[in-house]
Amino acid sequence: MPLFRSAAGYSVTGVIAATLALASCSGPAAQKSAGVKPTAIAASDAPTDGTARRLRLVTAEQYRNTLAYVFGPNITIPSAFAPVTRTDGLLGVGTSLAGVTASQMEIYQKTAATAAAQVVNESNRHFLVPCTPKDTAAPDDACARIFLSAVGRLVYRRPLAEERLVEYIAEANESATKLKDFYAGLGAALEGMLLSPRVLMVSERGEPDPDHPGHERLDGYSLASRLSFFLWNAGPDDLLLKAAASGELHTQKGLSKTLDRMLASPRLEAGMRAFFDDMFMFDDFNNLAKDGQIYPVFTGVAVQDAREQTLRTVIDHLLTKDRDYRDLFTTRSTFISPSLATIYRLPTTPGWSPYEFPADSPRMGLLTQISFLAGHAHPGRSSPTLRGKALREVLLCQTVPRPPANVDFSAVENPASTIKTQRERVALHLKNPVCAGCHKITDPMGLALENFDGAGQFRTEEKGSKIDASGSLDGKEFQDVTGLAAALHDHPQVPSCLVKRVFAYGTGSPASADEKSTLDYLNKNFAAGGYRLRNLLRTVVMSSAFSTVSSPTPEPAKSASVVHGSSGASPVKTDIKTDAQ
Amino acid sequence: MMDFTRRRVLRGALDGGAVTLALPLLNCFLNGNGNALAAGKPMPIRFGTWFWGLGMTASIFVPKKAGADWELTEETQSWKNIKQNMNLFTGLTAFRDTDPNLCHYSGWVINMTGQSPKAGGDKPGETLDTTISNQVGRTTRFKTLTATATGDVRSTVSYESANAPTNPEVSPINFYTRLFGPDFQDPNAPTFTPNPKTMVRKSVLSGVIGEIKGLEREIGAEDKQRLDQYLTGLRHLERQFDQQLTKPDPIAACIAPKAVTSEPELGGEAKIVATRHKMMTDLMVMAVACDQTRVFNMNYSSASANTTKEGYEKPHHTTTHEERVDDKLGYQENCSWFTRRSLEAWAYYVEAFSKLKEGDGTLLDNMLIYAFTDHGYARIHSLDNMAAMTAGRAGGKVKTGLHIKAEGSTSGRIGYTIQRVMGLDINSWGARSNNTSKEFGEILA
Repeated sequence: MPLFRSAAGYSVTGVIAATLALASCSGPAAQKSAGVKPTAIAASDAPTDGTARRLRLVTAEQYRNTLAYVFGPNITIPSAFAPVTRTDGLLGVGTSLAGVTASQMEIYQKTAATAAAQVVNESNRHFLVPCTPKDTAAPDDACARIFLSAVGRLVYRRPLAEERLVEYIAEANESATKLKDFYAGLGAALEGMLLSPRVLMVSERGEPDPDHPGHERLDGYSLASRLSFFLWNAGPDDLLLKAAASGELHTQKGLSKTLDRMLASPRLEAGMRAFFDDMFMFDDFNNLAKDGQIYPVFTGVAVQDAREQTLRTVIDHLLTKDRDYRDLFTTRSTFISPSLATIYRLPTTPGWSPYEFPADSPRMGLLTQISFLAGHAHPGRSSPTLRGKALREVLLCQTVPRPPANVDFSAVENPASTIKTQRERVALHLKNPVCAGCHKITDPMGLALENFDGAGQFRTEEKGSKIDASGSLDGKEFQDVTGLAAALHDHPQVPSCLVKRVFAYGTGSPASADEKSTLDYLNKNFAAGGYRLRNLLRTVVMSSAFSTVSSPTPEPAKSASVVHGSSGASPVKTDIKTDAQ
Repeated sequence: MMDFTRRRVLRGALDGGAVTLALPLLNCFLNGNGNALAAGKPMPIRFGTWFWGLGMTASIFVPKKAGADWELTEETQSWKNIKQNMNLFTGLTAFRDTDPNLCHYSGWVINMTGQSPKAGGDKPGETLDTTISNQVGRTTRFKTLTATATGDVRSTVSYESANAPTNPEVSPINFYTRLFGPDFQDPNAPTFTPNPKTMVRKSVLSGVIGEIKGLEREIGAEDKQRLDQYLTGLRHLERQFDQQLTKPDPIAACIAPKAVTSEPELGGEAKIVATRHKMMTDLMVMAVACDQTRVFNMNYSSASANTTKEGYEKPHHTTTHEERVDDKLGYQENCSWFTRRSLEAWAYYVEAFSKLKEGDGTLLDNMLIYAFTDHGYARIHSLDNMAAMTAGRAGGKVKTGLHIKAEGSTSGRIGYTIQRVMGLDINSWGARSNNTSKEFGEILA
């Protein structure tokens, strides 16, 4: 009996549809080099104490991607999991701290039930269940074992312990007996699997590192998971689990070979889209709306397309064309959809199409895309402050202080009608020394984007007054947005911010002061490699800091101290919205 | 004859199997005098919260008179129908002591936890609603329900713990499905058919719960609490499955609403928010009436509210800071426009619960709702002269129709009073200057 069968008329693209699909993943095409040459090491990759072993919540997208790999894309997972709190600039780091509420558990259960029901329904069972029971109305131990062991290994991201597998088979059998239906029984066991804390949480395990006595490294399967969630935003595939089992991932040669495969895979695109969606805080787009009277062109479709435009630009630039990360801030190449064409005032063509802004266009780089301009503005007007703050926090990894509480706002209250422009308005902030401290940090570069209104439309005037788009960024002065783009391109913190975020995203831990030498090493290699993303990913994964881990803090002795009305948990430091104007 | 309940009868009849039973509403299962859900159980007292952002303008909000004879003011005109069912508290202070004033954050955190956050990003621990739901919410299908009219799933003032915010329902369609979709057990249905799949689910769940112990050994102390939360969640599912296998007692006030098939578009424009708020409120009212939950939260707007006014370029929050005080009116006109929309929503919320008959009175009579905000005068981020409201009589334990001038005392007194009313055995609540053991005795019956 073949392990997995295909059915005429179905596209078997998932991998429990397993080994079938794996044939293509492991074939010569997938094995070809990712075209990434390790760069000359510009600083030493000294052994470190590594990052903390994490217990990370799987995101809805990761869950969806994993099940799409295991069962194919036709299994639809409609649920959205509860959002986690952005921590040190990333939701990905927040997953290492987020708890699970009762309502989230309900969502997990509904999601698991929906997925399992689809896998075993009459349409799908014949090619997703790799065996046929002797009697469809009764339990079948052997067939249940084949299915559950194969699926269990993929969703648990390591082979199921025999004891647990036996329990699942017993549950499938018992359920089949009660329901008088083998497939319903199998579905019930699968539903349980998909609700397991070992499936919905990624628990990293450590082991002594024989190459660095006294240090601990991730065990093979944990390293496979860290790699896969980092690069593909999904659980490990069959080959990665095999590499984990064989010990290959713990050799430089084996890890490098696996990395080549992963960087060459089309699944890298999903992984990097997820990363940049996180880094650019595009979760804000889930709630972005503009005033329909002021910006009638800014429709709900435009909101989603603005996010998509930037992600397409980034993927095309960094992965397809393998270009310098810094050039993203000066590139004129992008993609346009009909809803965006209206805002950019371009001819409309159906669907998405590549587009090159002319050399004399004010549109240049990511800052002039609607995602940045509209995403960091008010519903009814632009905001130099919000844009400047986003530039500093998102692209330079800086922290803009929260505004003070007891501010005298009289200077910025709706002033005389002679005040027309945002430049004049924000200049009033500078009259108050308490305001000026922060607004000097955010406004000068935000003002360079004033030729774009709150929806991202180009303009030369505001309320009849000509807009002055001059500004400065950390000592560099410019007359308009093209100058800002060039200044940002050359800002040393642009690449180092990406490095910091990539490292934190990959390991689930914010880079701490202890990681300075690691970050130095990564930064130098990123520069030496021409600021190419694939090179950066390779350097991060091959660094000792990526696979070296420190043990979690042991549980302290129980304390009797309880504060009423509090969980007693340590406060969690997270990013919260500030009060920028 | 009264020695057995409907649940006992059904459990015996089911004996682990799937059967359908016709269930006439036998007199022996019903409370005779209409003041109990069924069979001698008193009406449960429910607790709810309601949050609006950016406070109010004291000069046109605070009534001059205190006590029962208070007058509706310019900003509270919409309360005509609810005045007798609510209490208004003014002059409250959220003390931050030596902690910073974290704009739009410290205020509501103090109201919900009795403690001020020490730095930006310090998340509150367990909030008031969670504390109360741990006391009264363990027997219902949902321990708590949280919804928001903002459309933003991150908009919440409720936390199970520091790392577990209660994410609200944002879509009326999804909220309806969660409450009254296929998993809803209509307590007044003439027949009851336990789903055999649910029995199977419950059985499989015990194996999943068993995995927690193994995982516990792999993680450190920091993550232990998170795993405990996971386990609590699984236990919650287990209880839900149990309830689905048990015919609920009839509830006269419970009438499942018609399916919600459309909902407002995305956005924070005030009319859209009002529509979303009404839809969410109507669903919440029936969820409470059907005893699906006994603790619930509703956010009209978020702290630092971004509600917008059609054609007006500034959202509410920006308006509080940038609109000048009108010389003639003596207040910020548009800012007050936003506040009035918020307070109209409060009126709708309270009235919706008061319109539903339950026992001898209304659903609201058996509830206590706490309404609070993030600032007093938002223009200057003040944490004094704050306002709050309660609604409902908590089964007769609370008097209503009063305006209480708090004279600068901590807002924690409301949280403390509420917990006492809800039956929590505590002698004080809050930390440092917000610590109090002084109830608002004026409202206690």
